[in-house]
Amino acid sequence: MNKSRDWGFRLGTGAFALVLVLIVCAIGIVLVRDSWLSIEKFGFTFWRTEIWDPVSGEFGALPFIWGTLYSSILALAIATPVALGIAIFISELCPAMLRQPLVFLTELLAAVPSIVYGLWGIFVMVPAVRWLETSLPDPVRQLPFFSGPPLGLGMLSAALILAIMVIPFTSSVSREVLKAVPLAQREAAYALGATRFEAIRAALHYGRTGIVGAIMLGFGRALGETMAVTMVIGNNPKISLSLFAPQYTMAAVIANEFTEAADALYLGALIEIGLVLFVITLIVNSLSRLLIWSMAPRAGATFEPPAASAEAAA
Amino acid sequence: MNALARRRLLSSLFVGFCAFTVLLALVPLAFILFFVITKGIGSISLGFFTHMPLPVGEPGGGMANAIVGSLMLTGLAAVMAVPIGVVAGVYMSEYAGSRFASLVRFAADTLNGVPSIVIGVFAYAVAVLPFKQFSALAGGFALGTMMIPIIARTTEELLLLVPGSVREGALALGATRARAVFSVVLPAALPGIVTGVVLALARVAGETAPLLFTAFNNRFFTTKLTQPISSLTVQVFTYAISPYEDWHHQAWAGALVLVTMVLGCSLLARLATRRLERMHGR
Repeated sequence: MNKSRDWGFRLGTGAFALVLVLIVCAIGIVLVRDSWLSIEKFGFTFWRTEIWDPVSGEFGALPFIWGTLYSSILALAIATPVALGIAIFISELCPAMLRQPLVFLTELLAAVPSIVYGLWGIFVMVPAVRWLETSLPDPVRQLPFFSGPPLGLGMLSAALILAIMVIPFTSSVSREVLKAVPLAQREAAYALGATRFEAIRAALHYGRTGIVGAIMLGFGRALGETMAVTMVIGNNPKISLSLFAPQYTMAAVIANEFTEAADALYLGALIEIGLVLFVITLIVNSLSRLLIWSMAPRAGATFEPPAASAEAAA
Repeated sequence: MNALARRRLLSSLFVGFCAFTVLLALVPLAFILFFVITKGIGSISLGFFTHMPLPVGEPGGGMANAIVGSLMLTGLAAVMAVPIGVVAGVYMSEYAGSRFASLVRFAADTLNGVPSIVIGVFAYAVAVLPFKQFSALAGGFALGTMMIPIIARTTEELLLLVPGSVREGALALGATRARAVFSVVLPAALPGIVTGVVLALARVAGETAPLLFTAFNNRFFTTKLTQPISSLTVQVFTYAISPYEDWHHQAWAGALVLVTMVLGCSLLARLATRRLERMHGR
């Protein structure tokens, strides 16, 4: 009797749990279904061509892929050293009294809505970046990285704002990973006469898998970030190496053009971009989870609320 | 300089660098909060909460419709996500070792990592296209989809923190598993779960991308679920990219309301968890 009721409980709650699995599957299926027109018509040339011309019905998504990858990689290059520095400072170096407030403040960075980053970006950061760009000496401006008119709006602004937004994620997970490194690792290093830096380097080395996972988690966030980037990147579908050039990302083109997409092919092309964004972030996030789980099974599971509470209770 | 001195110098430089990175991250935070407060406060008045937006050129006006819209959208999201999320969390913690629980956990983390704009496209395909109508329901569906994994994982984590003896006590008294979970274990974790729900609400209330083509926007006041509805975030976006000075002021004011709400919730939640921990003697 009890046994059968327990089965009822298991099936009942299991049905709700199944909803999560179904949603993920449904996202994949629906995106494929609704972008089929575009997939069929363009095939792989969609991802190789640079022309994005809704009027004549020609769609090539290369500029968006480029913009997404370029901005995310630049953002990671800026964010990773900072995020790791913060994680190391909080978990290894700072006085215990400062730890909680610092954790709280860095996590506030993650709580600020994307639209607020965007608003601040347009009206405060972009003018500052424009000033920075115009004050670069001419010989530097000759380099391909700094060519073009200094508009402020462009790749550099997008990368900076993405970096700020990614820092709390990478640093929070890195902190968890460092916490999972046995104390003995550091003690052994100290016993051998290591300096502080050398002991921390040993701990980092021990936790390297998880740290790489934390960096990839940040990468996944940067790839999908929409509003703030849309507002500062300049929205121009042109591939360029220049940090000053206005460019475009996959998420931004969906945000800007989705409601304007008049015909089915245009809509299909935008949804196909969404599909690829979904697949890429899925792969990046799954890999990062595997890496993080292998080090610190609980880290980064639910970033905001329980990270704090579970950590304090542990 | 001998080797030891060099190593010590390197070490000190490294410590200095780490401290510097903390400052580096706190500077943008301070700048953002500073600008949002100083630029937003000027346009905040009682009218901002009770009046409708005015056309360009007329000073004043508010975001009453957007504020009500945001509340409704997050309410709809909660109605959808809380039951599913909590019960799914119960399953994951009760059958933590099972293969299906691992699959669900993986699905939750995957869903959590799906870019919000993709959630918007999904909600458009499922809840807008078939009805040929942007609607509050579609917006609520998009936000709810984002909330489910957050609530499920929070519930799971918090249920796992409830001491095994509590559950065993209930089972020893002859309770069924369902009874033990819903009458004993879940209530023990309830304050934490409520905190988690509040945080999840605050997080989705700040979302813009999933609403752009689901709830869309509406210049008028409406509480109809089948109509497009305005929200604070989309309204701030519309105003921010407009060329009008008046509207920029309104955008900053909207951002201030958003930030106050989101940060207020985080702060409250943090205080609440601390209190809970003290109550449990940790």
